[in-house]
Amino acid sequence: MATAKTQRHAAGLFDIRNIIGALLFLYGVVLFIAGIVGSSSVQKAKAGGVNANLWVGIALLLVGGFFLVWAYVRPVVVPDDLDQTDEKQPAGNP
Amino acid sequence: MIALDSSSILRLDANWVDYLLIATYFVFVLGIGLMARRSVSTSLDFFLSGRSLPAWVTGLAFISANLGAVEVMGMSANGAEIGMPTFHYYWIGAIPAMLFLAVVMMPFYYGSKVRSVPEFMLRRFGPTAHLVNSISFAIAQVLIAGVNLYLLATIVNSLLGWPIWVSTVAAALIVLSYITLGGLSAAIYNEVLQFFVIVAALLPLTVIALHKVGGWGGLKDKMATAHTTSQLSSWPGNSLTGFTSSFWSVIGIVFGLGFVLSFGYWTTNFVEVQRAMASKDMNSARRAPIIGAFPKMFIPFIIIVPGMLAAVLVPELAKYKAAGGKGGPIDYNDSILLLMRDVLPNGLLGVAIAGLLAAFMAGMAANVSAFNTVFSYDIWQTYIKKDKPDGYYTALGRWATLGATVIAIGTSLLAGQFSNMMNYLQTLFGFFNAPLFATFILGMFWKRMTPTAGWTGLVSGTLSAVVVAILSNDALGSLSTGVVNLSGQGASFVAAGAAFVVDILVSVVVTTVTLPKPESELRGLVYSLTPKEDHHDDHGGSWWQSPPKLAGVALVMVIILNILFR
Repeated sequence: MATAKTQRHAAGLFDIRNIIGALLFLYGVVLFIAGIVGSSSVQKAKAGGVNANLWVGIALLLVGGFFLVWAYVRPVVVPDDLDQTDEKQPAGNP
Repeated sequence: MIALDSSSILRLDANWVDYLLIATYFVFVLGIGLMARRSVSTSLDFFLSGRSLPAWVTGLAFISANLGAVEVMGMSANGAEIGMPTFHYYWIGAIPAMLFLAVVMMPFYYGSKVRSVPEFMLRRFGPTAHLVNSISFAIAQVLIAGVNLYLLATIVNSLLGWPIWVSTVAAALIVLSYITLGGLSAAIYNEVLQFFVIVAALLPLTVIALHKVGGWGGLKDKMATAHTTSQLSSWPGNSLTGFTSSFWSVIGIVFGLGFVLSFGYWTTNFVEVQRAMASKDMNSARRAPIIGAFPKMFIPFIIIVPGMLAAVLVPELAKYKAAGGKGGPIDYNDSILLLMRDVLPNGLLGVAIAGLLAAFMAGMAANVSAFNTVFSYDIWQTYIKKDKPDGYYTALGRWATLGATVIAIGTSLLAGQFSNMMNYLQTLFGFFNAPLFATFILGMFWKRMTPTAGWTGLVSGTLSAVVVAILSNDALGSLSTGVVNLSGQGASFVAAGAAFVVDILVSVVVTTVTLPKPESELRGLVYSLTPKEDHHDDHGGSWWQSPPKLAGVALVMVIILNILFR
């Protein structure tokens, strides 16, 4: 993102990993709760006797959490002048 | 699929939890558009994300842009109808071409700093070939965007009962708002998000359905009972090609689908290439299609396998299939929706509906974002208003997005009236791709090839594909005469093959009698005239950072998959 006006800063909220992580985590929470409180025998029978919402909810919590942790541990650093990274390929044409 | 009585069969009883999940997704989609707006300050930001994205993002967007309505519904329908031969569309018809794009062609696209695939055409072959390419591409994109929009609206209509025009306008407005705000960044970020949502929807669907049928063995048993065991092997795939001879079927799949059609599509289609071009450096641009290839080779397991499962698990569909695909009120296109209806509890159902809507909108958004770039840079800036300030073109891109969306709404209404015509139009646009690949690959490696050869090859190649399609049984519907006994995919393979061969022949012949471009103008565009350092790929040295080595790993994996599921 070529927005940086300061020297270098973390990309912060608009790191796509935060967005993926947040959405999947939220979905995980909703499914987890639906799995605990809303699981009637009819709903279970549909999925062949498994509490599908609960298990998928747990999986999504883990995957969403992974993205959030990844983005937190290794933030994207946005350099001041991103357009200059082009210098790696001195192309022959303008 | 849109017959009135089928809507009640497909109606999913979504409850408030499902709607909550769907609504959450749309908040995220629009939020991405709003946030991406902050990063748009030049036209390059708007059209190519400022060439700043990491390889895993552009790689996922690369396959996500293709993971639209046509693919999800079409490939699961094929899975339900013919079973495993459908895998060829991925393992033969996509992966090799994606790897070839990454290793061989991307250095030319990215290294020459062109902003679109047609612009490469302009620099290599001049204005005539460029006009042919950019106009046909722009028209194809708005029409296909309309088809995607129409599919989305019919599905919302049958799933949730919304009137067609309400869902058409609502979906168009959402796509319009996030692309006009955030340009390609918003489109790409949404494609990446869409990828995860669709996996979160389809993976549990597959696993649960597989559990319900009693595992892989259970699926085999059920298919044996239904006398469709032969659908469990992917080769020689006669059911896919429509050829009676197994030998020609294999040849058709490898050369027709695997070479001409798929190389034409994946290496010259700007919708795909644009995603890789948004990468932050040469190495990322080359790795994007390879990184995309890894999930791409496993996507059939969550799209085709559910189709196969639906054909044994959903009673209506099993009956329809046993009757030889006749008798309605449903058809194969409904496979994945029927499976969702029967297998998913409320909650997961919401995730699945959000995933499908996401896929459909992303398909349309990909078409629109590729269209606005080609329209603004290749048509308007090149031929109509040349020397305006940069901000003018960004604004133009936003208006082009609005225009494309309005036309797409119009096209989607047409598609509802003349659905067959739309299919044939898409077949026709497919014919542009095979000669494009021939022209590009010849132009990249043969410095003598002339500008005149560029456009004559393209035009004659496309025309010969159209001629073959007209001679075939059904490739262009009632326009086809049936002089040559070819039908289904086999006819497309032969048409594309003819286009490729004629393009090469005409290009070679015309080159010998016309004047080539001066060599000084071809640096970065032709292999032998490009210094090695122009294509220098600054990677760290690990095997997973080297495009050829990473592509080798992907190739070995896809060969293993082919052997495992032969």
